[in-house]
Order: sequence, then C-alpha cells, then structure tokens
Amino acid sequence: MSSQDEIEIPHLLEAIYQEYHQDFRHYSMASLTRRVALARDQMGCQTTADLERLVSGNVDAFTRLFQFLTVQVSDMFRDPSFFRAFRQEIVPILSTYPSLKLWVAGCSTGEELYSYAIILREEGLLDRSILYATDISPEALRKAQAGVYSIDRVAAFSENHRLSGAKCSLSEYYTASHGLAVFDRSLRKNVVFSDHSLATDSVFAEMQVISCRNVLIYFDRTLQYHAVALMRDSLCRRGFLGLGTRESLAFTKSSSAFKEFSPAERWYQKW
Amino acid sequence: MVSGELMPRAVVIGASAGAIDALKQIIPQLPHDLSIPVIIVVHLAARKESLLPQIFRPLTPIGIREPNDKEPVGAGIWFAPPDYHLLVEKDHTFSLSLDTPVKFSRPSIDVLFSAAAEAYGDGLLAVLLTGANDDGADGLRDVRQRAGRVIVQDPATAEASEMPKAGLRVATPIFTGSTSMIGAFLATLLQRAASDSRETS
Ligand SMILES: C[S@@+](CC[C@H](N)C(=O)[O-])C[C@H]1O[C@@H](n2cnc3c(N)ncnc32)[C@H](O)[C@@H]1O
Repeated sequence: MSSQDEIEIPHLLEAIYQEYHQDFRHYSMASLTRRVALARDQMGCQTTADLERLVSGNVDAFTRLFQFLTVQVSDMFRDPSFFRAFRQEIVPILSTYPSLKLWVAGCSTGEELYSYAIILREEGLLDRSILYATDISPEALRKAQAGVYSIDRVAAFSENHRLSGAKCSLSEYYTASHGLAVFDRSLRKNVVFSDHSLATDSVFAEMQVISCRNVLIYFDRTLQYHAVALMRDSLCRRGFLGLGTRESLAFTKSSSAFKEFSPAERWYQKW
Repeated sequence: MVSGELMPRAVVIGASAGAIDALKQIIPQLPHDLSIPVIIVVHLAARKESLLPQIFRPLTPIGIREPNDKEPVGAGIWFAPPDYHLLVEKDHTFSLSLDTPVKFSRPSIDVLFSAAAEAYGDGLLAVLLTGANDDGADGLRDVRQRAGRVIVQDPATAEASEMPKAGLRVATPIFTGSTSMIGAFLATLLQRAASDSRETS
C-alpha cells in the first residue's frame, strides 16, 4: 500500500458506506488492499481517489467494484471431514429436535448450502428443516438460488461428497445437461435466500446450526468480534457454529460463549 | 553496521519446484532459539493435507506451524496452509484469504512478500529460492520499495532457475549463493538477532 493509499482506501470505504450502505471499513486490510488495487487497474483508474470519484453517484461502477471487493469461491463439501463431523456427531443431536433451523452465513454461490441440504436429506431431516442462505452479494445469491454448476466441477464435488460419509452417489441430486449440473429443486424447497450482512444487519432468528466458513477471514478482529457476537445471539442454547478449517474463535473476544465441540473440524457449541 | 548485518524483524521465504530439497539445506541451520518469525510459502501441486510441517519437524527443534487466521505472528517457523493465500497485517497478525490464485498459485509468494513488506518495512528479509515461474518477483519489488532486504538463490545452483532469475531482474540482493550458503548466512544473521533481542528484552 502506498502512503497515499493509507489515506485513500479508508476514505473510499467510508464513501461506499455512506452512499451504498455496504460496510467494508473493518475488513482485513492486507487482502482488501490487493483487491482495491486490482479493481483500480481493471476499472482504468490511476489512484484510489479516482476510483472513489468513479463510483460516486454511479451504481453500475459501484456494482463492478463490489465484485472485486467480495470473493466468490466455494466448493461442495469443501473439507469433507468437516461435513463428516456434522453428519456423524451433530446430526444425531439435531434429530432429537422436532424442527430445525440452519443458517449458512456468507453462502456465496450456494455450494455449501446444497452440501447441508443433501446431508439433511440423506439423514431424513430435510423435511423438518428450514435453511437460511445469506450473503451480501446479490449475484452470488442469484447463482445459489439457481443451483446450477459447471459439470467440470462435479467430479470433485462427488469425491468430497463420498468422503463426507455419503449414503449414495451425488448423481442422485442433479441432472446433467449441456455441460451443466442442475441440482434438484426439491433440495431448496425449504431454503430462504436473503441479502444479509454480518457487518451491518441484525440477529437472524433462533438457529440450531450456523455455518460461516471462510467469511471471517475477510474481517479484521473488531468485525470478527461483532460477527461472532451476532451469530452467538442468533443461536439457540447448545446450538452449533461451524467455521472454516483455518478459522478459530481463539483470537476473538467472544469465544467464551462457546465451547469446542469438534476442535479439529472447527465445530463449536454455544454454551 | 553494514546494512546487510542489521537484524531483521521477520524473514519470508518463497520456493516452488525443488522447494523441499532447498529448505532441507536451510531450515536445519536456523538457530534453535530463533527469536523472530520465519514465514514460508511453498508451491505444491494441489493438495488439501498439510504435509510441510511433518516433513520439517524432524529436522529442527524450532516450532513449526501453519497459522490460523488472525493468529499473532510469533517467533518460529510458519508455513502457508494449503490452498489459502497467507498475508501479514500491520498489527503483525496473520490473515488468510481465498482470493483468486496469483500467477496460478495459491498460496502465492507475491501475496505474502508484498503484505510482509507493508507490515515490516525495512525490518523484513525476503528470501527467494528455486522455482519454475516468476512468482515472488513482484513481491521482491515491494520489499525493496519498503527498504527491506533481499536474498536470492544463485540461479546456477537452483533446481529450477526461472524464479531466482526473475527475482534478480527486479531486486539487488544482499546475498546470493547456494541454499546451504544461504542457510549458513541466515544462521549467523539470526543468531545475532536472537542474542540482540535477549539483550534488549
Ligand atoms: C470465500 S466465500 C465463502 C463461501 C462459502 N461459505 C464457503 O466456504 O465455501 C466468502 C463469502 O462471504 C461473503 N461476504 C463478505 N462479506 C460479508 C458480510 N459482511 N456479510 C455476509 N457475507 C459476506 C462474500 O460475498 C462471499 O460470498
């Protein structure tokens, strides 16, 4: 970051917050700075101040910038052992509840959501579950809602699904056509997709499970604390929180509300 | 003191093709009471498991870990975890990201070097080793711009020379040589860092 950027990036983020109500002010600076630099290059701006002028009063330009600022990367059953722990250790507890609410916070293009829907279907819980899938990216949410992925990715998805302790083949859940895998719409019968920011929106509802994977890595410690507190307040007592493999509550102040449930897999339980 | 002899506050190392053999020449030579972080990015073919700590733990008593997000950057050896970019924030905590690969690599050497250059300024020592692409060169440019120091493996001694060559095109190193010579150089420099920091603490 140039010394110029040290002033101009916070200024840009403040302007975005004021005009578009998207709050990137407490994102991890090291990686956000790279993404701003990339946006600047690709959008033909010399300086961050130029970029700020470009997006001011220009929704289309902001929409482009927004796509650089958020990172849409996901996989089905990413880190299969995480989903195996969910299936083997958490599902048996969930099956004692008459109804279930599960929230995928920062669901990106939906791969994680469908992973849960498939496990719940296989374990006979999907019909009594409501799944909430939220993100700040409208484009990602649209793709999540469509549930259509390139067929090239399906081999990896299938392998992960198998490693997660699957009871059948992933091909049960999609139909292939024209190079695309179209996932069964019945999987999202009980899914509510919505725009929700862990930075600026409020508590969601009484959840039994919240999965928030590889989203906190984009936040600084202040915002992580805020987001974890929000998720804590959205969980019912003894509810479960699942994080990404390299994320840990150990470095946020709100960790005291949780105990480790499956530490290696980053499953926590609200205490 | 000659600038090459000032003790660094952190060392970053990047290596690609031939990395394991190269690091086997360097890591065992690091002082056992290492008092600063040594942060390493190695490109390995797509992998999910963490193999690097297992490979190197038997070769040194220094603690070797892969960091979690926002973990404080303490003394010891740190490897970038598989499939994440590794960065250092200004408050000297680690950040991870799933941003798109840079020069086809995640973790990327450029990403670590540039962020560390920001975080440590002239306290950074960046070491670029063997590799078959030019990852790390942009990072070295940022390190130099922030007055950090650079060591590049002598391309003639590298299993793959493209990466150190690209590094030498953009940055003048304070030292260049084979990996065992780099190991010896670091041993002396960081030994002094270890005793100096004991005196001041
Ligand atoms: C790397 S993706 C993770 C996708 C998925 N959870 C997974 O692990 O496969 C990060 C997602 O976080 C979303 N995100 C970023 N900031 C957010 C915020 N403040 N609130 C909710 N989601 C956010 C991004 O739009 C993006 O979809």
